[in-house]
Amino acid sequence: MRALVTSCVAFLMLLILAPSSAAAAPPKDSCIACHAELEGKQSEPVKKFDTDVHHQAGLSCADCHGGDPGDESMNAMSRARGFRGAPTKAQTPEFCARCHSDIAYMHRFNPKMRADQLSQYLTSVHGKRLKQGDTKVAACVDCHGVHDILPARDTRSPVHPTNVASTCGRCHADAAHMKGYNIPTDQEEKYRKSVHAELLASGDTSAPTCSTCHGNHGATPPGVSSVANICGTCHVFFAQLFEKSPHQAAFAKMGLPGCVQCHSNHEIVKPSDDWVGTGSSAVCTGCHSAGDKGYVAAQKMAGDLAKVKTFLGRAEEILGTAERSGMEVSSPKVELTTAHEALIKARVNVHSFNDVEVQKQTDQGVEISQKAYQAGVAALAERDVRRKGLGVSLIFILLAISGLYWKIRQIESGSRT
Amino acid sequence: MNALYRQIRNWLDERFGTGSVEEFLRHKTVPIHRHTLWYYFGGMTLFLFVVQVLTGILLLLYYRPTPEDAFESVQYIVTQVRFGWLIRSVHSWSANLMVLTAFIHMFSVYFLKAYRKPRELTWISGMILLFVVMGFGFSGYLLPWNTLAFFATKVGTEMAGAVPFAGKWMLTFLRGGEEVTGATLTRFFGFHVAVLPGLATVLLAMHLLLVQRLGMSVPPSVEQATAEGRQAPRVMPFFPNFLLRDIIGWYAALGVLGALAAVFPWELGAKADPFAAAPAGIRPEWYFLFMFQTLKLLPAKILFLEGELAGLVGFSLAGAVWVAVPFLDYRAGFGRVTRFFTGLGIFALGFIVVMSALALR
Repeated sequence: MRALVTSCVAFLMLLILAPSSAAAAPPKDSCIACHAELEGKQSEPVKKFDTDVHHQAGLSCADCHGGDPGDESMNAMSRARGFRGAPTKAQTPEFCARCHSDIAYMHRFNPKMRADQLSQYLTSVHGKRLKQGDTKVAACVDCHGVHDILPARDTRSPVHPTNVASTCGRCHADAAHMKGYNIPTDQEEKYRKSVHAELLASGDTSAPTCSTCHGNHGATPPGVSSVANICGTCHVFFAQLFEKSPHQAAFAKMGLPGCVQCHSNHEIVKPSDDWVGTGSSAVCTGCHSAGDKGYVAAQKMAGDLAKVKTFLGRAEEILGTAERSGMEVSSPKVELTTAHEALIKARVNVHSFNDVEVQKQTDQGVEISQKAYQAGVAALAERDVRRKGLGVSLIFILLAISGLYWKIRQIESGSRT
Repeated sequence: MNALYRQIRNWLDERFGTGSVEEFLRHKTVPIHRHTLWYYFGGMTLFLFVVQVLTGILLLLYYRPTPEDAFESVQYIVTQVRFGWLIRSVHSWSANLMVLTAFIHMFSVYFLKAYRKPRELTWISGMILLFVVMGFGFSGYLLPWNTLAFFATKVGTEMAGAVPFAGKWMLTFLRGGEEVTGATLTRFFGFHVAVLPGLATVLLAMHLLLVQRLGMSVPPSVEQATAEGRQAPRVMPFFPNFLLRDIIGWYAALGVLGALAAVFPWELGAKADPFAAAPAGIRPEWYFLFMFQTLKLLPAKILFLEGELAGLVGFSLAGAVWVAVPFLDYRAGFGRVTRFFTGLGIFALGFIVVMSALALR
């Protein structure tokens, strides 16, 4: 009897618990269930979607493509159920912008998220050309990928700063793809040789890549007049000096791009002091010729830079010799860093194209270098005095030792006799 | 002149009884045999200790033991103070030479069995003096407050922290807190100029008194040869014959110190920055290298102990055995040489040399 009661209670418990267990199971997504079973291209989205940022945020296929993931029949993909299908290339920006332009919706996932990508894109060369029916240009998925989209901060993302040049280069370095656009295809190759690429490769993700200068969604080539502004967003002081310099008006008049005229655009290599002056590597002689005011100023600036470098080198060499001799020269070495700073400031002042401003800094560098050199001379003189002193002391010590030795011999020969 | 000298001597004798000291010195002799050379290393160590005391006092006139001023004050000494460079370099070089001569003295005493009865206390006081000398080296290394010293002290004091039970307390005691800071510098300065000199003075007095009281030990082989009549007992008067020879050695040491200071002035390096990353190749002073290298080579776990801890326990036990060797090798007191202890000495010396060489590679 007792066993019967126990069995009944257990059966009732099962009846009560069964519906709640069924309710706890996750809702079935028929898109994933069916596409996972399909072969080839049809199953690709499902395979990739696991790592996608949208999936991570809890979105499903239907959130973009519409349809009814609760329906296991083919009706799930009917227009009646809101199925939108895959967008064409031309439809992609608006397709993504359904959510990405809705700031209220986007802020549910990230309060700092911007929602102006579409409006920016439409101002870009890519966006304008797409509107004109050119489907070879980049739209959202060409840069961000599709179904396996990663956040831009993820180093695997094609739009992470370290991957941007390769992503842009996929089209822009492809001569066949770019045929007909009449623009060069060597930008990526040149950029790879630049100081910017070098910095980025060294792990400095703040170093500029394509999108830093050209913009990302609103990608556009900077015009001649705006080049200095773009470089000046990072190189602020140089831009200010250039703005106040006589070159600013002259360049504008001649239609020359500011910074790019001397530094190039994509292949921005480390500048050298040889660029200033009238030598074979100088960039000044591109416009200035012997006898004109700019030519004379360039010669003067180059001479002043060379002078401070000569004095600095001389001071460094003598302090290095003194240090290797064991002399304590850390103070003049610290002072010499001020001379280095003066040289750096002089190099910056070159962008004012005012030889007097440059000379102010180089004179300061020369003065400090001379003092440091004198400290080095004094240290080496002190070293020589020490060594001479040592020699004299050693002679006295040897004499004392000889005297003691003689005394011992005297005492011991006396005690033997 | 002689009359005045006699008068002063008599005056001192009446008050201090210096006559008995003179009498003692007149009769004090030093044995002559093929191992006599090793007798000079004790005196050489004492001479270098005196150099340390004198140069240390001179450095104290300018040195300031705070993290803000320590480095700058040493920099001032070596660049601005007249002969400051010489004093500082001699102090540093002499410290290293003193440790070297102390080690030579210790091993020569060990291999010549000079620790045997009745010189057990001479050996023990000498061993404690050696530890004190190493303590001088460890505490003095930090005082210039440069990068290398700072991080070497950090590593060195961390080792003390690995000791079971008392480790945490020892670490805090040595550092004056959890980290190497200005408190550590002040503390090490206190150890270096007050605690250790006080200890060293007492121990040195005891060590020298015992040496005078018991005389120089003659190696068992020489003793046996003399007893069997194979070798005639030969001695030389301590004063002046041995002392003059000692002074020749001291002059030579002075010459070596001067040459090292003038040609290889002791480097000052860069000021310590507690927030900077430890530079590569941080290692302690050469006389701690064998321990440092051994701890580095030990596996992470030995039986149930952490490798580093097992190493520290091993070194502590080895140190205790080494100090107690006069009692363990009691047979040496009866003129019987035990090969085991000679072998142990060779092993210890070889171990120190090989491990130090490995660390310096």
